[in-house]
Amino acid sequence: MTTVIEKDSIIGKRIPKPDAPDKAVGRTRYINDMELPLMLIGKILHTDRVHATIKSIDVSAARALPGVHAVLTADDVPESLKFGIARDNIPLKGGKVRCTRDEIAAVAAETEDIADQALKLIKVEYEDLPGLFDVHEALEDDAPQIHDDRPGNKGLAYSHHSGDLAAAEAESDIILENTFKVHYVTHCCMGTSAVLADFDADGKLTIYSQTQYPYNFKMDLAPALNIHPGDIRVIQPPVGGAFGSKLDVYPFEPICVLLARATQRPVKLVFSREEEFINAPTRQPVEIHLRSGVKKDGTMTFRHVNSLLNNGAYTSWGATTPYVMMRTFSSHFRLQAISYDAQAVYTNNPYAGSFRGYGNVQATYCTSIHADMMAEAVGMDPISFGIKNAQDEGEVTPQGAVLNDCVFAELLKIAGEKTDFVNKMKTYAAERDKPGRIKRGIGIASSIHNAGGAKIHKSDGCGTILKLDDYARATIITGASEIGQGIDAVLCQIISEELGIPVKDVTVVNNDSAIGPWDVGVHASRTTFIAGNSAQRAARRAKEQILNYAASRANVGAGELDLRGGHVVQSKDGVSVAKLDKVLREMHFKEDSELVMTTDYYEPPSEPEGENHVGDMSAAYSHAVHVVEAEIDTETGVITVEKITSVQDVGRIVNEMGLEAQIEGGIIMGLGYALSEELQIEDGYVRNPNFRDYKVMTAPEIPEMELHFVESQSSTGPLGAKGIAELPTIVIAPAVANALYNATGIRIFNPPLTPEKVARAIWERDQGHAQAAE
Amino acid sequence: MSLKTEVSFTLNGRAVQVTVPVDMNVLTMLRDELNMTGTKYACGEGECGACTVDVDGETINSCLMYAVDCEGRAITTIEGLRTADGLDPMQKAFVDHGAIQCGFCMPGMIMQAKHLVAKNPNMTDDDLRRGLEGNVCRCTGYYKVFDAVKDVVRGTAEAAE
Repeated sequence: MTTVIEKDSIIGKRIPKPDAPDKAVGRTRYINDMELPLMLIGKILHTDRVHATIKSIDVSAARALPGVHAVLTADDVPESLKFGIARDNIPLKGGKVRCTRDEIAAVAAETEDIADQALKLIKVEYEDLPGLFDVHEALEDDAPQIHDDRPGNKGLAYSHHSGDLAAAEAESDIILENTFKVHYVTHCCMGTSAVLADFDADGKLTIYSQTQYPYNFKMDLAPALNIHPGDIRVIQPPVGGAFGSKLDVYPFEPICVLLARATQRPVKLVFSREEEFINAPTRQPVEIHLRSGVKKDGTMTFRHVNSLLNNGAYTSWGATTPYVMMRTFSSHFRLQAISYDAQAVYTNNPYAGSFRGYGNVQATYCTSIHADMMAEAVGMDPISFGIKNAQDEGEVTPQGAVLNDCVFAELLKIAGEKTDFVNKMKTYAAERDKPGRIKRGIGIASSIHNAGGAKIHKSDGCGTILKLDDYARATIITGASEIGQGIDAVLCQIISEELGIPVKDVTVVNNDSAIGPWDVGVHASRTTFIAGNSAQRAARRAKEQILNYAASRANVGAGELDLRGGHVVQSKDGVSVAKLDKVLREMHFKEDSELVMTTDYYEPPSEPEGENHVGDMSAAYSHAVHVVEAEIDTETGVITVEKITSVQDVGRIVNEMGLEAQIEGGIIMGLGYALSEELQIEDGYVRNPNFRDYKVMTAPEIPEMELHFVESQSSTGPLGAKGIAELPTIVIAPAVANALYNATGIRIFNPPLTPEKVARAIWERDQGHAQAAE
Repeated sequence: MSLKTEVSFTLNGRAVQVTVPVDMNVLTMLRDELNMTGTKYACGEGECGACTVDVDGETINSCLMYAVDCEGRAITTIEGLRTADGLDPMQKAFVDHGAIQCGFCMPGMIMQAKHLVAKNPNMTDDDLRRGLEGNVCRCTGYYKVFDAVKDVVRGTAEAAE
């Protein structure tokens, strides 16, 4: 009997995540759920001061409490253990505290209750120092110094200058100038921060970590512990949300390890929700002074940006977000000249980490509002204005990004058509000054983001090990981490596609640094692109090995054969030559036996930034355009977003369901940033460390969403795919702000657009109108 | 040390007896005393719904109920929905519709969704959204959750015909 198998593809299909069933039935064990034999519970004493000298710490009563195994302070840890990007953080602080997060003691005890009691028994005497919370005050000549070795309270600084700024200014007919203040928000991962540390009898550390960058995590954790990175094994159980918050080492992690070392027992440390709000990283707040120019005919000319980042007391990845902000300022629309300067300034506030969008959320808020203002100033609608200034395919931005497979103008056109944007905008604007409490508005925003990795490390690669067993089941061991985003499903699909086996016959292993090959980590919307390319290459090698054998066996050329539906088939007609599992067993058990095992290390065709931050640092770039339609209650200031239309260049759809899930989730995270989320920090203290006062979006507030995927077929991406996960979050807030303007004539340069802020602005507008009429 | 007492109740259809401190909440009892870690701690103050369980046919935030108040009651947790035949239809719908990303809020979300459908098989879209407003999800944007629950509602309606 002849078996014929037609060519089929699993790419673009709706594939459930392989980790979903266990999560649905409650079987999945997060670190928060784990227990090891003899495990102790770790707890940290955070200071209650913002800036103070520690006069004394008395831990004697805590140490004496039955059930307490260790109490550590800075005295027990060498002062030299500096870690972090700027080497300005230490696990336990002695001598001085610089923000409310500062960890001054840690306890390991038999139960959580005992650990809590022990913390209460620790007596600390302080002498308060003046606090610095405002970046301008911190830069004053006589400002107190937060770190002795960081003169002037200056942290990291960035600048990029290209083009003739003076000439571009001179050619501009209209110059806009505004100061934007973008706020503190935090990730609110549903699983709070957790870590479990365990030393073996040889002194080697196994750390169960939520990290989303396991391989560099070892390198970054090592200096905080005075341990060799090679002696650290990172196990990654499933994680309850990350969104960028787990891209650095934070003090609770080395502290937990120090407790494990001191007690020679496994120690687990888990934050309460309140601890999470106060101690987990935030998005980087920044004050951005933006001047932008445009000619009367609607040609954009230049951007001039000066920005100050509130660094907080220590430096984490938040302070490096200018890397991405300057990319947006220089590349979101075509410019003649760009001048960008950013300075991070130490204060006694909490400090920021990386957060989905990584600086682009902040920058796009500015560029998309200024684009809206410019379009109006030159008498164009925002769609035509955007298309006029959008870069063409192959164009190179001032920072050297080569925009291959660029469909930006097309996205703008589609967004305009699908939403009837221009007509609605004109109608709503005409209604603006008429009587009536409820006003409607429509707003558009767009942006650009790296979609093929970001070469900010020496390598932006990912490794893959692939094996096929005697039953034609594949196991892919990848460096890429699954943090809930769905990479495992994507990799299963790619392996399935290349080897012609069912998706369910592919297993992904990626939770142990002792097994997995190196990867930079989950960031920069890179994982589908980088890990996907590596998986595809490893699979193609395996396929070649199988087909070579099958061809010699059938006495045909390897090019005449293909893998489909679990069979080796003839390419031309799909007629089965043999079942794949049978071929694999033959290969395995023949005289000169061979096992199908392949490896790959994929380094994307991108380059690190050189001088002046110029370099084509991503192997692909992508754009997204969002349109927001909203209703504004002019008395209460409440903005009700009714519909969001998203148009995004996704390269090629790999897993349609996963793609929708990422984009919908990203949009809603961005909507919270736009409307309600703000970590309120007053004089260094977090005032709203709970879900009651820090308002994330919930089910009743979710607007209608219409998603359009444009497939630009990336020439470098796996099967044409581009990275997609950050753009949805990036583009929402300015679209809401522009809709608010369309409805009311009000511009708000300091999100979130809360009812209080909007109502006040409307009241001030009306006061102004009344005064003008008098 | 807190005073301890014994409490007897039904958990996922089986009788259990456990000695707990009088001030312990149901969530901690489930997780720490009974090793039922499917139910999650995410806020501990009734704001997020991650610890939702069913008590005598009503859903509650298990962080807000004393363990001792379980006496004589029937509690169902996420682990109790799965049958020998496999996933509960609601669990399966969440998987098939891509409603699960990090999954941490999902035990609570699924318990609440299951309860809503049981109480009101003819619920409107608005009923569904209001019914889920106490369950925070940071990953999905909620649409995939709505799709999953609506799918179960349709299935339930078809089965009733």
